[in-house]
Amino acid sequence: MADQTLPIPGSLRATPSRGAALLEWLHGWVVTVDHKKLGILYVVYAIFFLLVAGAEALAMRIQLAVPHNHFLGPETYNEFFTMHGTTMVFLVGMPILFGFANYLVPLMVGARDMAFPRLNAFSFWLTAFGGLLLYFSFVGGFGLYGMGAAPDVSWWAYAPLTAKAFSPGHNTDYWALSLIVMGFGTLGAAINTLATAFSMRCRGMTLFRMPLFVWLMVVTSGLTLITITPLTAAQIMLTIDRYLGGHFFDTQAGGSATVWMHFFWIFGHPEVYVLILPAFGIASEVIPVFSRKAIFGYPVMVAASVGIAFVSVTVWAHHMFTIGMTSVSNSFFVLSTMMVGIPTGIKIFNWIATMWGGKIRFATPMLFATAFLFQFLIAGLTGIMLSVAPWDWQLHNSYFVIAHFHYTLTGSFVFCIFAAIYYWYPKATGRMLSERLGKWHFWLFLIGFHITFDTMHFVGILGMPRSIYTYEADRGWNTLNMIISAGGLVQGIAVLVFAWNLIHSYLHGKVAGNDPWDAWTLEWSTPSPPPVYNFAADPVVRSRRPLWDIKHPNDPDWKYEQ
Amino acid sequence: MFTIGAVPALAEGPQATPSIFAPASTPAHEIYGLSIFVLLITGSIFAVVAGLLTYVIIRFRARGPDAEHEPPQIYGSTQVELAWTVIPVLIVVVLFLTTARIIFAIQDAPEPKSALEVTVIGHQFWWEFRYPKLNIVTANELHIPASTRDAPQPAYLHLLSADVDHSFWVPQLAGKTDLIPNHPNDMWLDPRQPGLYLGQCAQFCGIEHAKMLIRVYVDTPQQFKAWVKNQQQIGVEDSAAAAGRQVFETQACVNCHTVVGTPAHGTFGPDLTHLMSRATIGAGAAANTPENLRAWIHDPGTFKPGALMPAMQLTDQQVDEILAYLSTLH
Repeated sequence: MADQTLPIPGSLRATPSRGAALLEWLHGWVVTVDHKKLGILYVVYAIFFLLVAGAEALAMRIQLAVPHNHFLGPETYNEFFTMHGTTMVFLVGMPILFGFANYLVPLMVGARDMAFPRLNAFSFWLTAFGGLLLYFSFVGGFGLYGMGAAPDVSWWAYAPLTAKAFSPGHNTDYWALSLIVMGFGTLGAAINTLATAFSMRCRGMTLFRMPLFVWLMVVTSGLTLITITPLTAAQIMLTIDRYLGGHFFDTQAGGSATVWMHFFWIFGHPEVYVLILPAFGIASEVIPVFSRKAIFGYPVMVAASVGIAFVSVTVWAHHMFTIGMTSVSNSFFVLSTMMVGIPTGIKIFNWIATMWGGKIRFATPMLFATAFLFQFLIAGLTGIMLSVAPWDWQLHNSYFVIAHFHYTLTGSFVFCIFAAIYYWYPKATGRMLSERLGKWHFWLFLIGFHITFDTMHFVGILGMPRSIYTYEADRGWNTLNMIISAGGLVQGIAVLVFAWNLIHSYLHGKVAGNDPWDAWTLEWSTPSPPPVYNFAADPVVRSRRPLWDIKHPNDPDWKYEQ
Repeated sequence: MFTIGAVPALAEGPQATPSIFAPASTPAHEIYGLSIFVLLITGSIFAVVAGLLTYVIIRFRARGPDAEHEPPQIYGSTQVELAWTVIPVLIVVVLFLTTARIIFAIQDAPEPKSALEVTVIGHQFWWEFRYPKLNIVTANELHIPASTRDAPQPAYLHLLSADVDHSFWVPQLAGKTDLIPNHPNDMWLDPRQPGLYLGQCAQFCGIEHAKMLIRVYVDTPQQFKAWVKNQQQIGVEDSAAAAGRQVFETQACVNCHTVVGTPAHGTFGPDLTHLMSRATIGAGAAANTPENLRAWIHDPGTFKPGALMPAMQLTDQQVDEILAYLSTLH
């Protein structure tokens, strides 16, 4: 007999039952330290909360569609806008960018995993449980009315509204604690990304041969270390105020409301760049491939990214032009804020120059990247308007500001995230997303986006402030608000098309092959999806576009790169 | 040469829509001029860049039999990149200098002797206005005189907060300034056209932030004088309302509200000495009609769920009597 093993109770060879197989599969996802699986977990988690926070936004838009509406009460509205902001930044933006960093950075630098795989898993689960903690407040956060209450102090949570006297109950505590927990997860992910990019690169990949996406993730991660730290410190101070009798922000005991503002915006403004820089990274991968040209001015693109990071830590008080700073301080922050326009301007011009003389293929990823260019241009210009302090005294906290930052976060960041998902989904799943559904998704989302957020600029100029659950009927805002809400609905439909595309294509999509876009960076040299070990043999690169060199042996990049 | 001051003079009067592009006071007007200048510059940048982008999209779209061949690879150009670094730098310099000039002009404008001083105190969720030199205290509806070129009388507002952060914003009159506890701020307005200007709190301050509206009445000098005279009077005793006054003063009302000349001097809620001189109640939550006032006394949550004034569980008769009393406070 061939079978010489000792008899063991139960059969080893028997196929496990369906339930057991499912359990085994789930267990695999829970205990994984593989950067690709963790990357997918981050992205799926973020998309789930994108749907949740999107639903909150739609509910708010129904409430505001007509004046004096009673769809949501003031408590619920205030909870929803607080949760919408907090969710989109911390449960959608941060996880999805670190999801892409996780999945792509090792593949792009020719590594077999992140530098610290266990820290990687730990970071993800901290982020995940932090998010659940935040949402548990809907059930467990005893609010004013003795029932479950989500945080309702706005996502910038200005003191002293967060003091015990004005926010009794536990909802503010859920907010502070979950941000502390998620903050540590984020710090772990940032350190891991930095370590991977700096110490795990394959042979021949010098820092100046890293794909721009990796560069941007390095800058983002560095900025994350700078921004999350003051946020976490501020949350700890707030918790000390609320439970240990501290007086950092307790104005009734001589604390300072403005200290909170400084802490929050020293986090909050660079945070915007933490979110937008990965979008730049995505655009810098997608635009060259679909224009069939090398990125224009790679060294300047790197320098501009690092420059943005440096300038971004000097601009925070442009959120505080209305708090009564001196005219000299106001002028300083006007200048520093306007200076951001210089490196970002360079980037826009370089992207256009990359497309110039190319042969542009408008597949879905490129459609999203092109729309990003237009929208980011407008976001930058409205940013210049807001940096003009006197004008900001009018525009601050109006719907104009809402329009501006949704142009950056939705029109730029989310559009690039969609581009990235259409671009790298074939790599992660082995199947193409449907181009037909992709085009529906793109056009519906584009149209809905512009209906909503273009209109918001105008209602802001007409004097409508943010954070209000209802408004007077005689202010001349009624029609505009109805239009904004209608656009929200169109965006909602587009996102459903997208979700359907993700599921449908996973089961029935066209098989992708290794390199469906005829691209140039290392991840496309692996099978789709890549095996656990990524590369069978360690790759060796001689230029920024290793696959171009292989595809064009007579005309390789390394002959020309500066 | 075109300068910012060249935009049309303060022709705009009060409007129902508080547009920042309908300025009716010097600070708002200077901001308006600056904003038009910035719009012109940013608009030109948009036209150039968006035009370029549109051209690239149309011109370099892959098409024809040649679409399969890779285009020539261009890796960069120092000269070109230097050009599109220097031009934005120049634009930033111009924008910054223009902006700084207006910041100093508005923020550091010296207060003239003729200025009317008003202390504005933000409360959850209403406004308290105190005129220290005139000995007047009122709420939610600010009265200031029109400031003419011959007799300028700007209003200087001293901004304080009793609880959390608020922000005073009447777009036609000036940019907003925050009211922050332990952090007094100042702002000024000098409206020319008499009338009613609308605004509201612009910093989220809690559950009823949306119903913390501001009404600024810009009066002619005569109207203002009459208003001041009336506000300085102590209410006339009206025997018909004695029962209501009795209820008002024996219930919790007096803990929060003041009626000058009576034992009521609470300070948590709006001063009611001249309640009937105001057009709205609840910081603009409802018109000041007997029916609304009655509903408000019965339960403020009818108009403003979350307002700090509780429903006092008064009987219908008590409500009627208090209403009768309040109706005498002209």
